[in-house]
Amino acid sequence: MSATVTQVIRGGRVVDPAIGTDAVIDVVVRDGRIAALTNEPIDADEVIDATGLVVAPGLVDPHVSFREPGDESDETTESGSAAALAGGYTSVACLPDTEPAVDDRAAAEFIALQAERAKNCRVYPLGAVTKGIAGKELAEIGQLVDGGAVAFTDGKHPIQSAEIMRRALMYARMFDRPILAHPQDSTLVAGGVMHEGFISTVLGLRGMPAAAEYISVARDIALAELTESRLHIMCVSTASSVEAVRQAKARGVKVTADLTPHHLCLTDTVLRSYDSRFKVNPPLRSEENLDALIAGLCDGTIDAISADHQPYAEEKKSGDLLSDPFGVSGIETAFCMSARVLVGGGHLTWPKLIRLLSTNPAGVLGIEAGTLQVGRPADLVIFNAETAAPILARNFRSKGKSSPFEAMEGLGRVEVVIVGGEIRYRWPETDSTA
Amino acid sequence: MDAVAGMTPRRVGGSGIGWNRKNLLGLEGLSAEELTLILDRAAEFKAASTSGPQRFDHLAGCIVANLFFEPSTRTRTSFSLAAKRLGADTVDFSPSGSSLSKGETFLDTALTIQALGASQMVVRHPASGGPHQLARRLNAGVLNAGDGTHEHPTQGLLDIFTIRENRGSIEGLTVALVGDILHSRVARSNIWGLKALGARVIVCGPATLIPPHIEKLGVEVSTNFDAILGEIDCVNLLRVQFERQRGAFFPSIAEYAHLFGMNADRIRRSRKDILVLAPGPINRGVELTPEVADGPHSVILDQVTNGLMVRMAALSLLHEAATKHS
Repeated sequence: MSATVTQVIRGGRVVDPAIGTDAVIDVVVRDGRIAALTNEPIDADEVIDATGLVVAPGLVDPHVSFREPGDESDETTESGSAAALAGGYTSVACLPDTEPAVDDRAAAEFIALQAERAKNCRVYPLGAVTKGIAGKELAEIGQLVDGGAVAFTDGKHPIQSAEIMRRALMYARMFDRPILAHPQDSTLVAGGVMHEGFISTVLGLRGMPAAAEYISVARDIALAELTESRLHIMCVSTASSVEAVRQAKARGVKVTADLTPHHLCLTDTVLRSYDSRFKVNPPLRSEENLDALIAGLCDGTIDAISADHQPYAEEKKSGDLLSDPFGVSGIETAFCMSARVLVGGGHLTWPKLIRLLSTNPAGVLGIEAGTLQVGRPADLVIFNAETAAPILARNFRSKGKSSPFEAMEGLGRVEVVIVGGEIRYRWPETDSTA
Repeated sequence: MDAVAGMTPRRVGGSGIGWNRKNLLGLEGLSAEELTLILDRAAEFKAASTSGPQRFDHLAGCIVANLFFEPSTRTRTSFSLAAKRLGADTVDFSPSGSSLSKGETFLDTALTIQALGASQMVVRHPASGGPHQLARRLNAGVLNAGDGTHEHPTQGLLDIFTIRENRGSIEGLTVALVGDILHSRVARSNIWGLKALGARVIVCGPATLIPPHIEKLGVEVSTNFDAILGEIDCVNLLRVQFERQRGAFFPSIAEYAHLFGMNADRIRRSRKDILVLAPGPINRGVELTPEVADGPHSVILDQVTNGLMVRMAALSLLHEAATKHS
């Protein structure tokens, strides 16, 4: 870029919980970075009219699956990041449990390269904790950091050995990177397809008890406390886990946690349909757990919301409940469904929701995002807070069309997404339902 | 079917008034009236068959497909015979050597067979809910012949039919389901059906084989077979499903038989007229000793005969409902 380019996003309600802004004010962008928040007249090369809309820091997802390398029929970095844009995201971090796993520097650099080629949202690699995500030996964490990995996890493969987990936490601390844990005792959930409870008994489906998660959360918190390391717990789904995180935070343990929109919106009763659109891991829980999750978000125990985007090619999610894989395509619906249940349900304000979907997850990953602070990259989402967002999975940009929210209506339509000052998404651009 | 060749087809039952279901996916949600309708129809078929195998015309010209995605001998044979007795042509499908081994989904398989003209699909599937998924996509009626560890409605019906045949009514009886409740689709169907018809149901077995919150279904839970022996009118000895178990749910077969097996000693301590049922295939010496299986309290072979009648009843009622709505 040779000459300085100035853009003004005019007349929107600017919501940035990081700097405590919630006001109708113009956002001035210069050469891809936030230059000012002001109502002074500015000469602009480009004006984006945001009148009546909300302007917020672009959303950040701390862990998505884009299936590349290895399962490109499910998703690619290109299709996944396009889907993320449509969902309002400007930054996502990719789980490393691909085939092969992202467990060395070259693999991390490959993800970054594919993202650069796609030119959608920013995509950060997460590095594997253990070689081949086998849970046995530590991966080359230092070299992964050099390759761009922002945090470490074995993705959906919980580390069963407490000793390996302890070493991982200690080792990652050298780089001030967190370990992202999928808390689950594998022996207790073996063969399970849904939450263990009354509904699983009626349906004759093998259950996954809440205790399987709690045991692992409690263990990892104890290890984070022991090692004074940063632990982030992914997809908290039970009341007992929320309470464990709450108590750990009160003791000063460096633990953060996220949860998913589907765990906020749905309970295990939907499995009565035997529809694998509802087969997720951790499983959809009972009503009491759902209430505890909302309470955890409201009191700050839970730091972030993640879509837990787990896309699969259609044929992989059209068999029976036992053989279909866990996971839903979530990145295009996470924002509007979270808004529907949390803002629409009167639990949270828009600024608090933006904190959970942008500011806090950016903090977990330690990336330069999640705020409109002057000098930061101009990564923004502009949305209409009053408009319903109908969900039709066949229109997803993701290759994964399996959504638990099919035919439902979210709240808040994403209108424009800007990455580094460049408009990368504008509704209804290519949306055939518009 | 040679035995019935040349016989004049007959018809039993009325128009099936009160039965409006195109599918029979489970006994959950069936009213006492609906259950009674099936049982009564089965009784009519049995009465009409007293002089030996009879041929009926309820499904004349129809194709009934037996889609067994899981191995089965007795249920498949029973359904096949039932359909033939009703005058239907039957198509038998099993996964081995089929297009399933070429990667075809079970839904595509079912759609193909429907396209060949099958109007009713008898479906057994290893996954709980398999028949439900087919029912959502097929125009043909779907009859669940056992899905995973969920339900086995015709087995439940034949158990209930056998009890009613011996006791006249289900209302007020105390029935114990003993054994592997956790993995038993028979247990769930029995519970729904027996409760709807007014029985008191006790589930009994090792604590590790009792699924969570089952008492919310209105059943009582016991882990002490001896303690309930004196209270029960009927006992249904569910098979220990070693093939479905992923680990040691109890220390040994010997210990299981010691605590939960029905033997001569337990028969002596039971009510004099206790009825012994078992869905089979039975593990002799585990759930029950041979002397009990072959003894005067056992109605195990009656269950097999009654299964044919119940399946004829179900197939004919489903067909009538489909015809009514078409």
